[in-house]
Amino acid sequence: MRLRYLAIVHFLILPFFVWASPVTTIPVCTSCEVQTISRALVLAAPHDTIVVREGTHESIALEIKKPITLMGESGAVLDGQNESYILMVLSDSVHISGLTLINAGRSYTKDYAAIYLSRTRHFSIVNNTIKDPFFGILIEKSHNGIVKDNVVISNRVREDDSGNGVHAWHCSNLTIQNNELSGLRDGIYLEFVKESSIEDNNSHNNIRYGLHFMFSNHDKYLRNTFRENGAGVAVMFSKFIEMRENHFVQNWGTASYGLLLKEIYDAEVEGNVFSENTIGIFIEGSTRINYTGNDFGRNGWAIKVSGGCYLNIFSGNNFMSNSFDVSYNTKMNDNRFESNYWSSYSGYDIDKDGVGDVPYRPVKLFSYIVNKTPESIILLRSLFVDMINFSEKVSPVFTPDDLIDNTPAMKRLRYD
Amino acid sequence: MIRIENLHKQFGKLKVLDGVTFQVQSGGVVAVLGPNGSGKTTILKTILGMVLPDEGEACFQDKSILKQWDYRNDIGYLPQIARFPENLTVQELIDMVKNIRSVEANEEALIQRFGLTGSLNKKLSNLSGGTKQKVNIVLTFMFDSPLLILDEPTAGLDPVSLIQLKQLIKEEREKGKSLLVTTHMMSLVEELSDEIIFLLEGKIYFQGTVGQLLERTDQVNLEHAIAKILENHA
Amino acid sequence: MLKILKYTFADLIRSRWSYVYLAFYLILGFVLLFLNNDLSKAVITLMNIIVVLTPMIGTIFGIMYFYSAREFTELLLAQPLKRSTIFIGQYLGIAMSLSFSLLVGLGIPFLVYGVALSSQIWDFGLLLVVGAFLTFIFVALSVNIALRNENKVKGFGYAILLWLFMAVIYDGLFLISLMMFDDYPLDKFSLVVSVLNPVDLSRILILLKLDISALLGYTGALFQNFFGNGWGMLISLSMLALWSFLPVRLLIRTARRKDF
Repeated sequence: MRLRYLAIVHFLILPFFVWASPVTTIPVCTSCEVQTISRALVLAAPHDTIVVREGTHESIALEIKKPITLMGESGAVLDGQNESYILMVLSDSVHISGLTLINAGRSYTKDYAAIYLSRTRHFSIVNNTIKDPFFGILIEKSHNGIVKDNVVISNRVREDDSGNGVHAWHCSNLTIQNNELSGLRDGIYLEFVKESSIEDNNSHNNIRYGLHFMFSNHDKYLRNTFRENGAGVAVMFSKFIEMRENHFVQNWGTASYGLLLKEIYDAEVEGNVFSENTIGIFIEGSTRINYTGNDFGRNGWAIKVSGGCYLNIFSGNNFMSNSFDVSYNTKMNDNRFESNYWSSYSGYDIDKDGVGDVPYRPVKLFSYIVNKTPESIILLRSLFVDMINFSEKVSPVFTPDDLIDNTPAMKRLRYD
Repeated sequence: MIRIENLHKQFGKLKVLDGVTFQVQSGGVVAVLGPNGSGKTTILKTILGMVLPDEGEACFQDKSILKQWDYRNDIGYLPQIARFPENLTVQELIDMVKNIRSVEANEEALIQRFGLTGSLNKKLSNLSGGTKQKVNIVLTFMFDSPLLILDEPTAGLDPVSLIQLKQLIKEEREKGKSLLVTTHMMSLVEELSDEIIFLLEGKIYFQGTVGQLLERTDQVNLEHAIAKILENHA
Repeated sequence: MLKILKYTFADLIRSRWSYVYLAFYLILGFVLLFLNNDLSKAVITLMNIIVVLTPMIGTIFGIMYFYSAREFTELLLAQPLKRSTIFIGQYLGIAMSLSFSLLVGLGIPFLVYGVALSSQIWDFGLLLVVGAFLTFIFVALSVNIALRNENKVKGFGYAILLWLFMAVIYDGLFLISLMMFDDYPLDKFSLVVSVLNPVDLSRILILLKLDISALLGYTGALFQNFFGNGWGMLISLSMLALWSFLPVRLLIRTARRKDF
């Protein structure tokens, strides 16, 4: 079947192809033989390379329906004239690199993107710069693709007139690597995306999330930095996610957090750094998650647990100078805390084995009160609050009495 | 010089002055006497403006003193207990009071007279009670004030200093100053005072010379005269 | 007044207690910086201490000095001076010598550790300003208590009670009322209540300057809006100024009517 198809293609196309040009590279510029990209696309044979030379090229909803490579030389700009999409990739094996894309269209009814990919396989989008788009790279029902070394920068302020930097929907086996995403709604948005890997991206100053996961299973994200976003990362309704060695920094703001886990099962959160977030990790209805070797420094709440979280294990983490280490809104606890370092631990270690001899209670009475009456946060760090925290520590009444780290570390744990 | 009219003062439930009226002419030593709690100090403090009368009028040099303060330029006051800021030196204290008054002062002579030269650079907290009282005396007498108010000036003084003090009082009297003195030392009164004001239960019981008091009580000395008054009264 | 101020200041600055207080802050500053080696963390710890301690020291010092200086005050009263001059002079003398200890005691270690070159300089400055304000406020309050109570033990008791109320009990009542009425919108209420107590106000002012401000924002935009902008800062500082001013007014009134 497939062979026959190929044979037909050869039979039909080959004579034309030989007539047109013996080389497979088509340069495009105002003084070139081919002056527009749309013309080049018509002329190009499958697997040809179109080289876009320096200059600004009009590019309104250019449809790429052949497997080709579209390569920009330095200074090659595609101008979408604020109309619509700039590039629409509708074929497999399309590779786009080195381009600067400006003036993509903006709409309240259509999700215009600078680069739009639909039902493709084996694509790569590498080393492009997209300035002030609505959506940056929008990928639908595509598989086995690479999005790498791109810069998507916008300066939006409102959620409703901004789109996402990299937006993937119903995809699998994507690699999203080393991109810089800022000033967008979500830096990266994944919905129904499987077996993909998000690595080394820098997602910062986005209005909503640095990274947003929905209904996406068996994914991992590694070594990304999420800084000063409305919230760092939201992972919702997903299973088997690995989150390692990411940095969640300064996601400050009302109800902001470094990482939101909502309805997540069987995930690993390991070796991440949560620094100066309003809430380090906000956990809601999540089960069987291991939190290991993370650093929580100077967050408002390092971990905020809100209902229905079972069989989570927090071990070997560093909790340093957070206003609240752990906050619970229930007296129920089915999670384990063991062998963490708590900077506010005041116990002793007589046998010098590096493990405190007195258990540590990470939930303070005041955090319980703040949960019930948020306004009472205004009393943070007052003497009265210190006093009630102390009395609760001595004899717990309101906080879960089995929520104890029995083996608190005396010194900060180092991971290299 | 001083005119007090119908002075009333009550501390809580305790009636201290109950319609006191008297006048003191310029020049001479007036001793204010009376048993403990008779209101001697209260009268002195009223003149100084430290106690505010409930009722009545107090005038100094024919002007009302109530709510005034600059008239105190003409008054020297020796309080009953001498305590000063502990960490200042004697010299600093004297300088401070001079500084406040900003008029001529002849503290040098007084310092020598009371043998305080060696203590000038000592902290006040390190002085004995008697020495503090001497400092107190220097502070009171160093200005050329027309009126001097002395509240128990002899307290804590050694005999030598006591003689010096008496001498000082005499000198001031000879200069034509007015002195208002309270004391329990009757010899001092007999020796120095031109006039006595005797207070009893917040009222003036007697005003006149020592001779007149002796005559009235038919006694030979002041101590007995006073004892007699108190006896009769009780 | 300046004369009285000068001599009271000179007297106090040489007293043993001033040295103890100064030494305490010096040691505290160095120890904190040595242990943390992080200016901003040291500033946070210092805040906890300053907000509680300066009112306490101000209260105790103020009342102690006034009782012990009673006879000296009488000496001054017999001098040609207005009463308000004497008392304001003494009040300023105490408050300034305490503030001086605070500024020098904390200033030196922090300067040594290079606060002047760091971004923490404003937070640190605010901390000192707030500490000085609290000193002035609580010295004024305690002097009022001293003036109204001849009995030293009673006066001392009232002063400690006042401190305890402002630093602890007030917050307790505040928290209880927040919890009791948490069905109602409490943002405005808590804003007003926290502005009314200088200890709370100082604490919040510093909290907002430090990076915990977003935590406050969590309860709603009101706090953020109020304290976060220049106006909130201005209102807060004016409130502290008012708190320093009113007890002084009261002090003058009391002094004018008092017998010595």
